Amino acid sequence: MSFPKVRVPYLLLLPGFAFLFTFFILPIINLAQTSTQTPVDGGDTGQYEQTLAFSNYIQAFVENKEQFGRSFLYASLATIFALAIAYPLAYAIAFKAGKFKNILLVLVVAPFFPSFLLRTVAWKQILGEEGFVVPGLRSLNIIGEQTTLTSTSIAVVAGMTYNFLPFMTLPLYASLERIDPRTIEAAGDLYANGITAFRRVTVPLSMPGVVAGTLLTFIPAAGDYVNAAILGSPNTKMIGNVIESRYFKIVDYPTAAALSFTLMVAILILVTLYIRKAGTEELV
Amino acid sequence: MAKERSLSPEARSILRTQISRRAVLAGAGGVGAAGLLAACGGGGDSASAENTVRWGNWPLYLDFDEESKTYPTLVKFSEQTGIDAKYFEDYNDNDEFYGKVQAQLKLGEDIGYDVVTPTDWMAARWIRLGYAQKYDAANIPNKVNILDSLASPSYDPNRESTLTWQGIMGGFGWNVEKNPKGIRTLDDLFAPQNKGKIVVLTEMRDTIGVILLGQGVDITKVTEDEFMNAVDFMAKKISDGWIRGVKGNEYAEDLTSGDATAVIGWSGDMFILASENEGKFDFAIPESGGTISGDNLIIPSTASAAGKANGEKLINYYYDPVVAAEVAAYVNYVCPVKGAQAEMEKIAPELATSEYIFPTEKTSSRLNVFRSLTPDEETKWAEAFQQAQGN
Repeated sequence: MSFPKVRVPYLLLLPGFAFLFTFFILPIINLAQTSTQTPVDGGDTGQYEQTLAFSNYIQAFVENKEQFGRSFLYASLATIFALAIAYPLAYAIAFKAGKFKNILLVLVVAPFFPSFLLRTVAWKQILGEEGFVVPGLRSLNIIGEQTTLTSTSIAVVAGMTYNFLPFMTLPLYASLERIDPRTIEAAGDLYANGITAFRRVTVPLSMPGVVAGTLLTFIPAAGDYVNAAILGSPNTKMIGNVIESRYFKIVDYPTAAALSFTLMVAILILVTLYIRKAGTEELV
Repeated sequence: MAKERSLSPEARSILRTQISRRAVLAGAGGVGAAGLLAACGGGGDSASAENTVRWGNWPLYLDFDEESKTYPTLVKFSEQTGIDAKYFEDYNDNDEFYGKVQAQLKLGEDIGYDVVTPTDWMAARWIRLGYAQKYDAANIPNKVNILDSLASPSYDPNRESTLTWQGIMGGFGWNVEKNPKGIRTLDDLFAPQNKGKIVVLTEMRDTIGVILLGQGVDITKVTEDEFMNAVDFMAKKISDGWIRGVKGNEYAEDLTSGDATAVIGWSGDMFILASENEGKFDFAIPESGGTISGDNLIIPSTASAAGKANGEKLINYYYDPVVAAEVAAYVNYVCPVKGAQAEMEKIAPELATSEYIFPTEKTSSRLNVFRSLTPDEETKWAEAFQQAQGN
């Protein structure tokens, strides 16, 4: 053994660091550089030079604060709805499914084998004029003749909730499944009724799953643009759509980069605050 | 043309399956959506060999045989010339494609294609930046077959490095049941029965072009004020709830599903919708005029000498009227080749009189080409157009 012992772990980490450096650090540096560029005088479309124009950030944010707000609003709503749906689902699988546990888990994941896009487009069909939802609601007089469901924020939030559901369900299941049923029995022995036992024992013990699930849902949802693009309208655009359009349509790389950076930092701050509050000791 | 043909600017090529245009229009959303995630996907073929030509084209833009899963005209080309033609349906959006290859073009590295198919305004950008090679005229004798109306665009007056692949008319499309009298003017389009069910194109020059023409503006000379005024008009129609979406080819799906009853759309799509749905849909060039644009065959500056020569043979082949007619019978866009109409009579007489494929003088005279923009305008106008859509 020629290596001093201390170095070995670092050497083993090297491939991981190299990967992170190439595919995370370098792109971030590149993004940061691009974000402060301005168009070359008299240059062609898409030609930019470095001028350290930090004002790009202010301008990008001011012009798109509405879409920023909408992204966080939709992502929060989708996270809340996903939690509301996933918790009972994960609970049922963990405690009540018996020998069907594994099958049910597969069923939770099964709709997610086909492409994300196909699933989103399917929602468009379901909520469309000729799907069954709209005519159904119309015949019950819940919505009027002129009301449609596609191209609305309802459709976007519904699509996001659906698309990120497994990311909520699986961590929740993992935490719930790990709870020792005897702790709940013990709560009963101490005269807690079902609700109290759930509130005082099950929920706290499942918190790591809740935290992991909400993060796994909220973070991608905030940056998502597929749902808004397919199910939304010009009035439901999210920040992801703006970045896409800045990059590909307007060929305005600096603004796209500045927006991406702002989004990243905003998510980072929110997540840090959330984790501080929720605690991470038992995460994972 | 910026058809986000089949796949929207956002989601395209992921789902590229080999389906006919018809099948796609029936379920256009799926394909349309695929672009979203494919925006950064690679394409082309890194190996450029002596005996091959690599062509990047818009999806569903070449005759395709469902049974053999091949492109009949392309197979014949390979048989005749011995050149292995590799065809990639991955030109999904002008901006997106440009974004993908721009860095390599700048560095002079092979982009993976010997022939690409950008729309007029994007072709203009390629020429401006020196990314398009001049043809060797001797290799393309069929060049003389280009329609007179297309022979000298402002960006390439002598057609030295571009030839039109197909022409695209932009105008009004509608659901006949909801609009029994048809749509000929902006007022017809924004009629009460269409409120909230109007879809317009993501292609700025078609959507704003049709609006400008409706406002009496000559789009061959449009000024910035006029343009911004038309963008404001569109933005107002969006915020007031008249326009439900700004889309690529997916508007066809919205028409079929009933989510849209009137659109600013493209001739080829509408032709197929109309023929597939027994007259449920119709298309017309607005009274005030429609737009016409073309997608162009370009040999990128990065193509090798062999790739260029093979590309020229390919272009020449498709400018043969017999071949052009075969393609037009499938894609239903405006055929740019003289003599193809006569050939069409032999293979599909009912299409030979189609105004969609072979517009008459009278129709052509009502079609307008959006003027070329300077790089500054291109960015600024695109920005305004995107912002009006909530981007």
